Amino acid sequence: MKIHIKNGHLIDPKNNINDKLDVFIAAGKIVAIGKAPDGFVANHTIDATHLTICPGLVDLSARLREPGDEYKARLLSELQAAVAGGVTSLACPPDTDPVLDEPGLVEMLKHRTKQQGLAHVYPLGALTRQLEGKALSEMNELHAAGCVGFSQANVAITDTQVLWRAMEYAATFGFTLYLHAEEPFLAANGVAHDGEVATRLGLKGIPSAAEALALATILRIAQETKAKIHISRLSTAEGVDMIRKAKQQGLNISCDVSANHLHLTEHDIAYFDANCHLKPPLRTQRDKDALRAGLMDGTIDSICSDHTPVDDDAKQAPFAEAEVGATGLELLLPLTLKWAVEEKLNLLQAMRLITQAPANVLGIVAGELSPNSDADLCIFDANEYWKVCPQALKSQGKNTPFTGLELAGKVKYTLVHGQIVYQQPH
Amino acid sequence: MNNPQLDADGNLKHLLSIEGLPKRILNQILDTAESFVGVAEREVKKVPLLRGKTVCNLFFENSTRTRTTFEIAAKRLSADVISLNVSTSSQSKGETILDTVDNLIAMHADMFVVRHGQSGAAHLIAKHVPAHIHVVNAGDGRHSHPTQGLLDVFTIRKYKPELHNLRIAIVGDVLHSRVARSEIHALTTLGVPEIRVIAPKTLLPTQVEKLGVHVFHDMEQGLKDVDVVMMLRLQNERMSGAMLPSSQEYFKTYGLTQDKLKLAKPDAIVMHPGPMNRGVEIDSTVADGKQSVILPQVTYGIAIRMAVMAILAGGNSSTSSPAGAAA
Amino acid sequence: MAKNHSNVTVSELPSAEELLKVLAQKITPLLQENTALVGIHSGGVWLLERLLVLLQDPIQKYHIEHGTLDVSFYRDDYSQRGLKAENRPSQISFEVENKHIILIDDVFYTGRTTRAAMNELFDYGRPASISLAALVDRGGRELPIAPQVVAANITLEASQRLQLIQLADESLALALNQHDSART
Repeated sequence: MKIHIKNGHLIDPKNNINDKLDVFIAAGKIVAIGKAPDGFVANHTIDATHLTICPGLVDLSARLREPGDEYKARLLSELQAAVAGGVTSLACPPDTDPVLDEPGLVEMLKHRTKQQGLAHVYPLGALTRQLEGKALSEMNELHAAGCVGFSQANVAITDTQVLWRAMEYAATFGFTLYLHAEEPFLAANGVAHDGEVATRLGLKGIPSAAEALALATILRIAQETKAKIHISRLSTAEGVDMIRKAKQQGLNISCDVSANHLHLTEHDIAYFDANCHLKPPLRTQRDKDALRAGLMDGTIDSICSDHTPVDDDAKQAPFAEAEVGATGLELLLPLTLKWAVEEKLNLLQAMRLITQAPANVLGIVAGELSPNSDADLCIFDANEYWKVCPQALKSQGKNTPFTGLELAGKVKYTLVHGQIVYQQPH
Repeated sequence: MNNPQLDADGNLKHLLSIEGLPKRILNQILDTAESFVGVAEREVKKVPLLRGKTVCNLFFENSTRTRTTFEIAAKRLSADVISLNVSTSSQSKGETILDTVDNLIAMHADMFVVRHGQSGAAHLIAKHVPAHIHVVNAGDGRHSHPTQGLLDVFTIRKYKPELHNLRIAIVGDVLHSRVARSEIHALTTLGVPEIRVIAPKTLLPTQVEKLGVHVFHDMEQGLKDVDVVMMLRLQNERMSGAMLPSSQEYFKTYGLTQDKLKLAKPDAIVMHPGPMNRGVEIDSTVADGKQSVILPQVTYGIAIRMAVMAILAGGNSSTSSPAGAAA
Repeated sequence: MAKNHSNVTVSELPSAEELLKVLAQKITPLLQENTALVGIHSGGVWLLERLLVLLQDPIQKYHIEHGTLDVSFYRDDYSQRGLKAENRPSQISFEVENKHIILIDDVFYTGRTTRAAMNELFDYGRPASISLAALVDRGGRELPIAPQVVAANITLEASQRLQLIQLADESLALALNQHDSART
């Protein structure tokens, strides 16, 4: 199949392209940018007039809920959601049921996701068995089965001895560790930022210090072990400062922020909106500003969706009992665009954070449209508004704090391996 | 964000929290309660306001005392009352809160009085029920206990009518107390100029001063020249551990004794939402002393709950009146 | 100025102060031992206060007691109209049991207020008898209830509303206005 995408505006951060250029695809690969190769005859042409063409989005964290929690979401529904959101590569955390701590489970997941022929799935293996923070998982075996890194999901390793050994072992083989920075004793039973709103609503708080303390431990051990660390979902101003300093000191560290935390604060909980029950908790305006500043100066490497579909029943409970998480795959692009507009960033700078940058973190070849690379791309209308509502979402998880909001940025086509895997219905 | 407690005309639709209620509504409840105080002294302690209505006491957290006062209040309004202790029945069978509520709606309940161990439970139910059903929060987690806050200001108003001249101290476990939060909101809304909280730092929530209170850690300083001392209950499970070393040490530092009470104004009144831990947060001689108004609080609590239910159940003009259709 | 299509206009209204004297005269024969006067909020209470002065002699002679009722909690239109923002406590500090009660109201109309007042009285005890004294009977009764004592009969249309008001100098006057909502 030969595809000619014409009249679109091409954004490719990796190759620094921000221009009106045509794209030519053959046999699943990009064959040329700008001018058609000699003898190219397209059997399909996509007219991208007024549209933006960009590499398929790369998401550092999307829960697909399989195996184990199929009532919350299924592979097919979530992979359809991914491509509907322009995401063509995603990493998934290991907190499935059973936990992704055995090569067989990873192989099965890889196989099943490949069968769907939608987005590429890159599992993060469990760093410790059962995520219990006691015994190391078989990292080499898991890597061979397809894991691109190792994570504790939202579970902390309380034993610093184990954390130290895990980093040493991973560093031996050059694996990246994906860690949430939250000190578990200070955060115990907490459901909201420990501040004005939690005090007013009578919710158990998670102090900012919980992030700082955990970060201090992780950074100090990383310094000793030379492990490659990625901090998942930074949430505080202090955390941003600590990462900034660690990077200046030359630590091999990267980090991300969720699109939710770029736009929301503790005040969005309003009258106990369970959709705002997120991990880490939504924090203050000052923290939000610091996260945005961290993205601008490169302290924070990437924006992720933190896609965590939750079924409706699990959210229909008092705030603290409502399950943590929000759907996000289909909101990553519009929320990133919204942030870029608010911060007066150009599209090239903004798209880098959800294409090239996360691909670098994961160490995968994705998020670029170089000749001969896989034709994974997304074509969207940056100016088309759509309303976030259950009917508009493919994901089985319909809960998001942004429900009812009109967002700009509508995906028109998504291609994976040169195949049109999503086309906006007319 | 719309205030879920008020309807489009600004009338009370649910009572979920004191926070967000205008002074006008608080005064309406307090003034109406004034009229209900006398009802208890008649030969027939009943008025027919809620005749034919079904009030459902939905208690996910056990509290005999609060449930009883709501039951008496509803019965004195001539309502039919069903009381359910849900913690012991359907919740253990995996039914969600809203399943339980839906079942009771199907049985034509008109009003829910809800107590739950989690903050926000009453809001959740209020958001879920159809427009003609009213929800009264009888305590949700650490968040709110609005009728207790109202009965406390009602009691204060009875003994110290000049609210705008008062200095009031709230003593004890503010961190876990929905009563304290409700009292603070009620007193600030009604214009009490100085509200103090007195507690060790372990029993105060983060940024408590943002609620509009002055923070004291010392009883001698905090009680000085106050008109009202409101004691809070200390839960058994918090008397020893990481919050406090022991109930004895707590009593020595924060327990209200006659000696400490002397620092307050000579005519200061002493309040407690009950049930009391004598010898932990309050000395018996104070609790039973002449400055104590703890029992009147209980009496007024019934009048306040009658007032709230009467205002809510009668406030259906937008849904049940045919006036709009006829125009 | 509201339009007025009725057969009575403001200028034709009698003086409330004159009617009050008539009412006092007509009540006098009803006063005896074991009697109590009860005013219904708000107009009935104003009338009661004035009657306590006008009828000072028989009241002292027969040891006549008095009280007030706010019938808000007993109204039959509560479920449609809700509770008024203002209501005052009823004050019946005497023993109702076996008393001859004279209810005092300003304007007698449908009879529903009287019914509510009687229901409330019975919650205090079982009176020997209840009579009703009203300043004006405006016609339009909807219940088999009638005042025993009336100072004046003024027939009005349903759209008209007759009210007793208390002026700044505490004297009483009748006010007439047009309204389109339900009867009160």
